[in-house]
Amino acid sequence: MVGQAGANRNGMDGLNRASGAPRGINRRTVWQRMRASAPYYLLMLLPLALLLVFKYYPMYGLQLAFKDYKTRLGIVNSPWVGLKHFNQFLTASSAWNVIRNTLLISIYSLLLGFPAPILLAVCLNESPSRRFRKSVQMITYMPYFISTVVLVSMIIQFTDISSGLVNQMVRGMGGSAINFMGERRYFRLIYVLTGIWQGAGYSAVIYLAALSGVNPELYDAATVDGASKFRRILNVDLPSITPTIRILFILNTGSILSVAFEKIYLMQNNINLSISEVISTYIYKMGLQNSNYSYSTAAGLFNSVISFAMVFITNTICRRFSDGGLW
Amino acid sequence: MTTRIERRKRRRIRQSWGDNLFDGLTTLILLIAAALVAYPLIYVLSASFSSPSAVMGGRVWLYPVDLSITAYDAVFQNKQIVTGYVNSFIYTVLGTALTMIVTMLSGFCLTRKDFYGRSVFSALLVVTMFFSGGLIPSYLLIRSLKMLNTIWSMILPGAVSAWFIMLTRTYIKSSIPEELFESANLDGCTVYGMLAHVALPLSGSIMAVVGLYSAVGIWNSYFDAFIYLSDKKLYPLQVVLRNILILNQMDVGAVQDLRDLATRQGMSNLLKYAVIVVSSAPLLILYPFVQRYFVKGVMIGSLKG
Repeated sequence: MVGQAGANRNGMDGLNRASGAPRGINRRTVWQRMRASAPYYLLMLLPLALLLVFKYYPMYGLQLAFKDYKTRLGIVNSPWVGLKHFNQFLTASSAWNVIRNTLLISIYSLLLGFPAPILLAVCLNESPSRRFRKSVQMITYMPYFISTVVLVSMIIQFTDISSGLVNQMVRGMGGSAINFMGERRYFRLIYVLTGIWQGAGYSAVIYLAALSGVNPELYDAATVDGASKFRRILNVDLPSITPTIRILFILNTGSILSVAFEKIYLMQNNINLSISEVISTYIYKMGLQNSNYSYSTAAGLFNSVISFAMVFITNTICRRFSDGGLW
Repeated sequence: MTTRIERRKRRRIRQSWGDNLFDGLTTLILLIAAALVAYPLIYVLSASFSSPSAVMGGRVWLYPVDLSITAYDAVFQNKQIVTGYVNSFIYTVLGTALTMIVTMLSGFCLTRKDFYGRSVFSALLVVTMFFSGGLIPSYLLIRSLKMLNTIWSMILPGAVSAWFIMLTRTYIKSSIPEELFESANLDGCTVYGMLAHVALPLSGSIMAVVGLYSAVGIWNSYFDAFIYLSDKKLYPLQVVLRNILILNQMDVGAVQDLRDLATRQGMSNLLKYAVIVVSSAPLLILYPFVQRYFVKGVMIGSLKG
């Protein structure tokens, strides 16, 4: 009986959605359901208000990218200018330099930074001593709690040409001190390596969770077949965490154009600016420092559209060549 | 007896020399990783407790040399840092509380099948995971709400987090049996009662996860404050830190009478290490006690993914 009633209701839902049902019934059902849900609406009042005001209103404000913003007129009444700002952005030589910088930094981060937590997780998973594993995990997770400001100041302190730890080591080994932050060519390397230092332990936890879900029988079967530990990692562990790797990879490609503002802005100085200026810092400088609101919004919108397209493309490729993607 | 023999036999079969080598290799990798991560932190701590000349002269490697706490004296006398600490504390507590309330309310409602409009709200949330208005529209919004240079700009914009809400929804769905809600309903429990007496008491650990992630996020962030605040009295700790550590805006001379440049430079160097320790200490001390919640959060998150 119950099952039947459920089926009936589902059937009706389907009809309603296809707008095949008589209107009166439809409206009454909706009204009744909404009345029955009244307590939920009351509970959702605060969350919904915050969501609409602080997440959706700024999205509405994106129309600024197609307008010439005049403070006096406000966002809504400023005149439309079509794609003017996008044209301006994409024809400016500085913009292409910024896009190139962003891409390079992201690709280096992805190439070097993406495998690091996987390696760490696999090693942790292989470790025979539980206590050793827990200790290493705890230590490597720690830098996640250090703020970006502190991280960057540690970089600056450590690479200081006279008193920095790194240069003390370099001199200790007979080399001559290197001005790491004062030379362009070290910038990306420092950015990526410190990123791994801070994030690898944190990201490894996700892979560890996936590894802990591997069916132990698979290991036993592999052992019986004479597989070495290395072979077991290649043929049991890695295939088991491939879905996790794939999902994280797709998400990472989505952020390829959105190098986070905080760290890069703090690491910028006059010497490295030509390779350290990325889209997020460019948007900040054009928008808030130069009050070029519309132009900066257009650059931001371009950035997020491309980012979304990247996720979409990677996802499609993943679905084409393997058995699944994000959606 | 037999089991011991068996175990010995198994071990002998399992561990070929190649596997032993492999074990050694993974252990080595882990040791190097742990050392690489821990060493800079230990160095900062040791340097902050050493004398300026020991740090400048490169005599500090692992443990403090010429133990001294002059740097800490100076740090705690610095008004900016103290104000920053207090402000960060207020923003973190209020912001985290609001985030937890919003997350619990929405997470609960999103699991209720009789909530008409659930899918609409859910879709509205998911969209925010991929799209946002971006810097300028958000700034203009805060400005038009007259929230620039107010505590509200630090607390309200980040309160709704789709990620936290989805995490909580998944948790409630998977760990609180639906029968519990049904029987509460049969006993005459209202929706509010179900939230207050069924969902909330059973969501302690997910609320801990959300609270901790949110608190760490707020404590460590400087971007919002950097954009929305220009009043020095409202600066949170991270903005103060940026001024001191990266822009070098700390007057050492005001703290101690240091005439010659070398000593002055040494002291400023030392102060930075002490400032780093003082600002990171609350979280790093808390961390071992709450670690399991962080791991748990990632686990729930990955279940969903």
